[in-house]
Amino acid sequence: MPTETRHMFLNIGPSHPAMHGIVQIITELDGERVVGADVEIGYLHRAFEKDAEAGPYNNAIPYTDRLNYVSPLINNFGYCLAVERLLGIEATERCQYIRVIMSELSRITDHLTCVGASAMELGAFTVFLYMIKAREWLWELVEAVTGARLTISYGRVGGVKADLPEGFAERARKALEDVRKVLLECDGLLTRNRIFVDRMQGTGVIGKERALSFGITGPFLRSTGAALDCRKYSPYFVYDRFQFDVPTGEHGDNYDRYLVRMEEMEQSMRIVEQALETLPGGPLNVDHEGRMLPAGVMVDEAKMGRVAGFKNVRVRLDPTLQGSTRGFHEAVNPDAKRAVLPAKEDTYGNIEGLMHHFKLVMLGHGIRPPQGEYYSAVEGANGELGFYVVSDGSDQPYRVRVRPPCFAIMAALSELIVGDMVADIVPTFGSVNMIGGELDR
Amino acid sequence: MTPDLLIKLGIGGGVLFIVLNLAGLQTWLERKQSALMQDRIGANRAYFTWRWLGPLNWVLRKLGALGILNALADVVKLLTKEDFVPKEGDRFLHTLAPALAVLFALLAFAAIPFGPPLELSGRTVALQVMDVNAGLLVVLALASIGVYGVILAGLVSGNNLATLGGLRATSQMLAYEIALGVSLLGVVMVYQTLDLGLIVQRQGELLGGWLPRWGVFLQPVACVIFMTAALAETKRVPFDLPEGEPEIIGYFTEYSGMKFGLFFLTDFVEVVLVSALTVTLFFGGWQVPYLKPDGFHFPWGAAIPVSHAGYVLWGVSAFLVKVLAFIWFFMAIRWTLPRFRYDQLMHLGWKILFPLSLANIAVTSVLLVLIR
Repeated sequence: MPTETRHMFLNIGPSHPAMHGIVQIITELDGERVVGADVEIGYLHRAFEKDAEAGPYNNAIPYTDRLNYVSPLINNFGYCLAVERLLGIEATERCQYIRVIMSELSRITDHLTCVGASAMELGAFTVFLYMIKAREWLWELVEAVTGARLTISYGRVGGVKADLPEGFAERARKALEDVRKVLLECDGLLTRNRIFVDRMQGTGVIGKERALSFGITGPFLRSTGAALDCRKYSPYFVYDRFQFDVPTGEHGDNYDRYLVRMEEMEQSMRIVEQALETLPGGPLNVDHEGRMLPAGVMVDEAKMGRVAGFKNVRVRLDPTLQGSTRGFHEAVNPDAKRAVLPAKEDTYGNIEGLMHHFKLVMLGHGIRPPQGEYYSAVEGANGELGFYVVSDGSDQPYRVRVRPPCFAIMAALSELIVGDMVADIVPTFGSVNMIGGELDR
Repeated sequence: MTPDLLIKLGIGGGVLFIVLNLAGLQTWLERKQSALMQDRIGANRAYFTWRWLGPLNWVLRKLGALGILNALADVVKLLTKEDFVPKEGDRFLHTLAPALAVLFALLAFAAIPFGPPLELSGRTVALQVMDVNAGLLVVLALASIGVYGVILAGLVSGNNLATLGGLRATSQMLAYEIALGVSLLGVVMVYQTLDLGLIVQRQGELLGGWLPRWGVFLQPVACVIFMTAALAETKRVPFDLPEGEPEIIGYFTEYSGMKFGLFFLTDFVEVVLVSALTVTLFFGGWQVPYLKPDGFHFPWGAAIPVSHAGYVLWGVSAFLVKVLAFIWFFMAIRWTLPRFRYDQLMHLGWKILFPLSLANIAVTSVLLVLIR
């Protein structure tokens, strides 16, 4: 007589060690096999899109840091790119290079986190810490450039906050060299590890057609064999000037996604190295006096009206402050007066600069893109990260809509895990690289 | 009669003391070894000072900087935490489960000889708590009963995750106990006894005049199978399915405080146990190569006399060093490999290790018949 069996419901999340970010998966189990799954998202909803409407265009930038908080720089630049295109301005060449370099560094940190966390959840804790160590070196670079590690707010409509610090290229090359060593080590620990391969191969499988119909992009799609990459098919910034490959898998399983991510890190490093090699100098105009003036002194002088000559003085500012020296400022910001704050020397030193600054920061003035709408996408670490900005001609966006890459993947998640075992939820979910901030906005 | 009993009690207490301390120190070893492997510093903050201790406080600070006092801090933390029993749980069984788990793990040490027989004022004292002639069976039986604690914990917690953990523990133990037992048959055939003391003594002989007659040389396949299966017994990575933290939190999901601490302790005790068993069965137990009761006799003819006390001391320390080496080895594995999946684990247990151990028996018996 057959035994009567019942399915068991297992609630994974919202608070569960493997659910990084907050998400709930209600699974229906037949023994250890998943026969049904219901993915609940929305636990991290913070009304980013609504918040963006509530202030001037530049005010949304700190919020974009918190979208994909593992690679915040890409979000920054993605949003800036959309607004810039709406405005019809273009960042300077040096600025574009800086954006490419920082984006690629962020992509590496993101992939390191994703692969490392997946490995950790499979029990290979050591790999995770190796990768976090490598990520730390990259974050030190990010910190040197932006002054922060996560809440970087480095992008600006029309430019970036500050130029690269001195000696950045050498530091970056050194860091990449170290990261390569770590990746080689992790590759040795995982790629041909029988247990790891058995766990990853053939789990979380999705076909190319199915993935495309879900709107999945990024490494997840590329693992199925579709070589779709925003950097290639609609180059933004200066990506078309660099040599890099778009790695693809063929099976669309967790193992291919792991391999694609590992290879993409290598490609990102290639891009960074090429960009550092060809980084244009930009007009770093040192004045004939070459006097260095600390920012505090400059402010005091300006308060007493002693502003003559500021125009020609090269002022040293704390790089974490808004602006930098004028030389740097001009190098990374376009001439467009509509978008970019003037150099601090001008703000404090002459009436045109002061008015320019005033017009941009005062509520009701600020950046005013012409009426219209624009959708632009950058290749985020998880896939196509799109920003759709609608302007009604005022200084506040009428609507900002984010196309988070992991949203589409999460839609497919229940399909991915049904039929696998409970234990397979972990690597599959890990390879989605769900970032709560980006998913729920 | 009384002195014998006292001696036995003393040995029992000593073994218990050492095993529990080894288990406690393993928390330190685990922290520091994983830190070393992962380029970290590891625990180095927990310390306390007491002004009446005076200059000893300096030592305490140093111990804290080494991270040893973390073990103490752990115990204090676990003891002072709320003991929580879920509403659907059964308070009695919920409390019984960790006690069962740790009890049988500790009892199994009774049959393990940790040193050569000691001559003490005309008495021969076996350095072994329980000198039984079927010691191997006792150890295996006790180690298997230990899993009841885990199963019970999973079933009485009233939590689906814990239930899954308990069920996984059951099937994992079944799959590996059999491979483990069958692999040991080869050892029994070679040494012709089930008595652990005798097995160790027979490993003291030399093979061809220079190679110690250790199990690892006579039964290499059995050794590998045993170590794999024993690793599965300890329920640690890569076989930590019953715990599998990122998947199903584990059979102890609903445990807190010292009850959880006992499960934790059981894990560490089991690591010591399987290390001790591996050493006893395959690595000569307390035997030091070329050391006979009267001293070292090297194959090249040199000889160093050793007193009886020295002989016993050599034996006991050799056993301890070997056990520590295996604890280190198991821990290195634990921090290197990822975790198996349930079906892969079953595959490994039933379809690879089990047939392999059967084949090992067949080959061993044929060889034994041929040699004789």
